Amino acid sequence: MKSCLVVDDSKVIRKVARRILEELDFDIREAVDGQDALNACHDMLPDVVLLDWNMPVMNGLDFLKALRASDGGDKPVVVFCTTENDMSHISAAISAGADEYIMKPFDREIIESKFSQVGLI
Amino acid sequence: MRKEDFELLSKILKERSGLVLSEDKVYLLESRLTPIARKKGMETLDDLINEIRLRRKEDLLREVTDAMTTNESFFFRDNTPFDLFKEDVLPALMKNRANKRLRIWCAAASTGQEPYSLGIILKEMETQLSGWKIEIIGTDLSQDVLDKAKAGIYSQFEVQRGLPIKLLMKYFTQAGEMWQISEDIRNMVTYKPYNLLDSFGMLGKFDVIFCRNVLIYFHQDTKADVLNRLREQMPEDGTLFLGAAETVLGLTDKFKPVSGKRGLYKTSEYMTQALKAG
Ligand SMILES: C[S@@+](CC[C@H](N)C(=O)[O-])C[C@H]1O[C@@H](n2cnc3c(N)ncnc32)[C@H](O)[C@@H]1O
Repeated sequence: MKSCLVVDDSKVIRKVARRILEELDFDIREAVDGQDALNACHDMLPDVVLLDWNMPVMNGLDFLKALRASDGGDKPVVVFCTTENDMSHISAAISAGADEYIMKPFDREIIESKFSQVGLI
Repeated sequence: MRKEDFELLSKILKERSGLVLSEDKVYLLESRLTPIARKKGMETLDDLINEIRLRRKEDLLREVTDAMTTNESFFFRDNTPFDLFKEDVLPALMKNRANKRLRIWCAAASTGQEPYSLGIILKEMETQLSGWKIEIIGTDLSQDVLDKAKAGIYSQFEVQRGLPIKLLMKYFTQAGEMWQISEDIRNMVTYKPYNLLDSFGMLGKFDVIFCRNVLIYFHQDTKADVLNRLREQMPEDGTLFLGAAETVLGLTDKFKPVSGKRGLYKTSEYMTQALKAG
């Protein structure tokens, strides 16, 4: 079973994402902001991170940069999942090492489509 | 809905588009046609049906048919056919076409995602394909979907189904909440209205035909007839792609599936030759 770290400050979004990803057979952990996610990655690197952008303490982009700079941090697939839906945000995320990008609102089909593109399903 | 009304509507739909409606789809007729009645200022669906029965006006029949067809499509739908096109079909054609010309037909192009996915694949292979003249023709019964295809403007939802983010970045520009595919790619595709029930004579021959997710709505006889006539539109080494839930088996012996290549069909002559050649 593949593991997914769901990073979002909204409890509702984490719950929805968890439900969709569990149905797709992922083992889920949750983090509430970038720092929390870094700690979680430190404990154990997940196969994939589903990552919000705007969060308190540490935002998604800063988390991504820190992750990619850390030991083994190039391995997890990172899929942004954010309301930021303009080209400049998308480019910034991809240049920082994101593998895919989901613009909210999302549904099961979009998650499935994006995860299969990066070879997770 | 009364039985004779259902029969009238399903007859019209079958004649005009090939679509077969089983009686358990009455709710679909009701939910899709009632808005048309309302738009025309009529009180109920019965009024619309009476109008159809009395006058059979061409635009109304077209509108009714359009409303009943399913236009859903997405970029790189099912992935495999597009991988096969790129890694299998195209390399073979590049070896076998000395005149460096290719013609590709999307026979139920809908809102353009299928022809544009092919356009993107070809654009990505630009250097290998330099000197080649490749035509992509997209046809559909419905003028409305073709207008949308030509504009190449998609919602955020549509560009997230099947399209990798890097291709979105490379080939689309943002226009408010919508995304428009680049002019380069749009110019690779020619759209025209065409009914699969009509003779294909005028269209000429194609090296590759995508006829995906449309036969599934047709009656067995109509499927067989369309498949037999598609065969006439391609050379012996032509390739046909069907949708994931469609097949030639039990319908025609003019095409054969190719094992290990899902959704891809070759002409029977070609398969016989290939067998002989070992
Ligand atoms: C579900 S879409 C398929 C789009 C695309 N090929 C795909 O696989 O994603 C089916 C399309 O077939 C068109 N169609 C239905 N009957 C047709 C007919 N008799 N001739 C041509 N197009 C037809 C509909 O208008 C609709 O746009």
